[in-house]
Amino acid sequence: MQKLILLGDEAIAQGAIDAGISGIYAYPGTPSTEITEYVHASKEARKKNIKASWAANEKTAMEQALGMSYAGKRTMVCMKHVGLNVAADPFMNSAVTGANGGLIVVAADDPSMHSSQNEQDSRFYGKFAMIPILEPSNQQEAYDMVHYGFELSEKFRLPVMMRITTRLAHSRSGVTRVPSREQNEISLPSNLRQFVLLPAIARKQYKDLLKQQNPLATESEMSGNNIYLDNSDHKMGIIACGIAYNYLMENYEDRHVPYPVLKLTQYPLPRKQIEKMASECNEILVLEDGMPVVEEMLKGFLAQGIKIKGRLDGSIPRDGELNPNIVAVALGLSDSRGKNIPEIVVGRPPSLCRGCSHYDSYTALNEALEAYSKGRVFSDIGCYTLGALAPLEAINSCVDMGASIPMAKGAADAGLVPAIAVIGDSTFTHSGMTGLLDAIIENTPITVVILDNSTTGMTGGQPSAAYGRIPAICKGLGVAEEHIRILKPLKKYHAENVAIFKEEIEYQGISVIIPTRECIQTLGKRVKAGFKAKSIE
Amino acid sequence: MKNDIILAGVGGQGILSIATIIGSAAVKADLFVKQAEVHGMSQRGGDVQSHLRLSNREIASDLIPFGKADMIIAVEPMESLRYLPMLKPGGWLISNINPFINIPNYPPIETVIAEIEKFDCHIALDADKIATELGSPRSANMVILGAASPFIDIPYSELQDAIRAVFGRKGEEVVNMNLAALEKGREFTELNK
Repeated sequence: MQKLILLGDEAIAQGAIDAGISGIYAYPGTPSTEITEYVHASKEARKKNIKASWAANEKTAMEQALGMSYAGKRTMVCMKHVGLNVAADPFMNSAVTGANGGLIVVAADDPSMHSSQNEQDSRFYGKFAMIPILEPSNQQEAYDMVHYGFELSEKFRLPVMMRITTRLAHSRSGVTRVPSREQNEISLPSNLRQFVLLPAIARKQYKDLLKQQNPLATESEMSGNNIYLDNSDHKMGIIACGIAYNYLMENYEDRHVPYPVLKLTQYPLPRKQIEKMASECNEILVLEDGMPVVEEMLKGFLAQGIKIKGRLDGSIPRDGELNPNIVAVALGLSDSRGKNIPEIVVGRPPSLCRGCSHYDSYTALNEALEAYSKGRVFSDIGCYTLGALAPLEAINSCVDMGASIPMAKGAADAGLVPAIAVIGDSTFTHSGMTGLLDAIIENTPITVVILDNSTTGMTGGQPSAAYGRIPAICKGLGVAEEHIRILKPLKKYHAENVAIFKEEIEYQGISVIIPTRECIQTLGKRVKAGFKAKSIE
Repeated sequence: MKNDIILAGVGGQGILSIATIIGSAAVKADLFVKQAEVHGMSQRGGDVQSHLRLSNREIASDLIPFGKADMIIAVEPMESLRYLPMLKPGGWLISNINPFINIPNYPPIETVIAEIEKFDCHIALDADKIATELGSPRSANMVILGAASPFIDIPYSELQDAIRAVFGRKGEEVVNMNLAALEKGREFTELNK
């Protein structure tokens, strides 16, 4: 079959197309974005009429996928790790409803926080929901495991999580395809109450989920995804989870590790294989990218019995991404390092693009706020978060998608008036609207600035669900029309923009300012492509 | 055969194009390839790097271990120095000397070039100047690739073919510009290594 060079993300997407999905749902988020983008761009997917949608947020994406699964078709939903927090409600409950058509939830974690607020490990969520987790170690496995994952999901009638990390998501390697499978026909659950989680039904379904746990562990032992390499030196056994297996192998030139190794790519934990290692080896080293999930499961609270080494005992740093050198040190092998970085080398943090509309919005806001004490601007997740850095230093918070408006309201409730919220257009429709409604109901004196650049910029310019709709949404939610102010963030309008900011900041009620100018990056791409007009989808 | 390459630059300077061309040439040459990229926030004018690994046998890690890279290929001089801990003793440092200054505290360029010249195995060239003289300032990254090409164990003709394949959609003129840029970079190294 055809061999392709694919990012881990793209391998998952191609796997999903070939495994017969009928739809994929997502909200963009690094490092998961390229999965859905790949399906979007795929001619094959279009020919097969695969629905590829950007959702308003991860929760609505998860729910759309659940609906497609209900209708009997295979579907995938993709998000970054913190996106799973947004989708957590439907995600947790989908384990209790179970799936009908195969359902894979891809969670892309970001250890070392290359592009995120934290490094939470989605395997906790999979374990929490008590569903199987697949953790491929390379691009080919990612592709193959999508096929297996759908079979697993349909066999156990459960959603399956696929957990990857940034390094696999954004690394390319060769992937060999297998023949593609037809999509499922539409077919509703045989029990039409399966998805009705009334307490009486949920209790029964939850018992069924509990009953599945032992068969799921047996599946982990038997599927062939967890491989036990029975090597001779029993001083130590090594459990290498997902991509950590590669860093282990990198340390042995001939790819032969002297110690027994369990390559772990499927959960729940394969009990038999772990018990074998514990009974035969003096100690166990756990290599996992992300948090010490497996290590904690093996260790328990009192840490009695066999010695377990990993992130908790300091054999491996407690935070940050793994690499071959960290693993070498944990194995007791020698470390390697080139010359030090010369002292003259300085940091080069990311910054707003030249010509970015956010820059003009922030300079106007900063000037309008000169009369007040500092520390009043609550912001959100997006390119505009870079406004926290010098020279703008315009914002004072960035917590989670949509937090800006409710945090500004809470601070105003506490007496910090004026308080300002700054949020992007796509973030506003993702999770900002409900917070705005809270503030409208009490007419809280906050000024909400919705930076409308007509795109989801930070992740590479995906369409924004807010496009062309923001003033109508604000009006519909109940903001007084005269306090919805649209302005054009350009240097030449600076003085009048400052005046508008000042007026609305002084107003003792809820007001919304919408600086509107297209992202310089998407504009550039459109100009190149012959200036296609944007249309509301 | 093994080439472990660190590609370095600033978001938007085209290091991923270099990676794509080497990567597709390597696949044509039946080599195993792994290429770790940086996407997301850092692409907004921050420092970016890519780990590119080529080998005639299967590659384990997506990341090159510290102190094991065979070469650093940089389209920006200060960025070439940021990854020195990755470079093996005696590894090659191939860098543009034309700085990309988007920070207020960029060090004096002479001090940066002096650091590069401390290496016995270095190639330092003004790729932007060479590309501009060819009438194609955007091809500076291909000049750098050309300068690195004598150290990459892939036949030169495969790199040329990869440029034709990757830029083919953009028309013959773009392909020829990039081929000329590649050639100029290669000439520089042949004369100066």
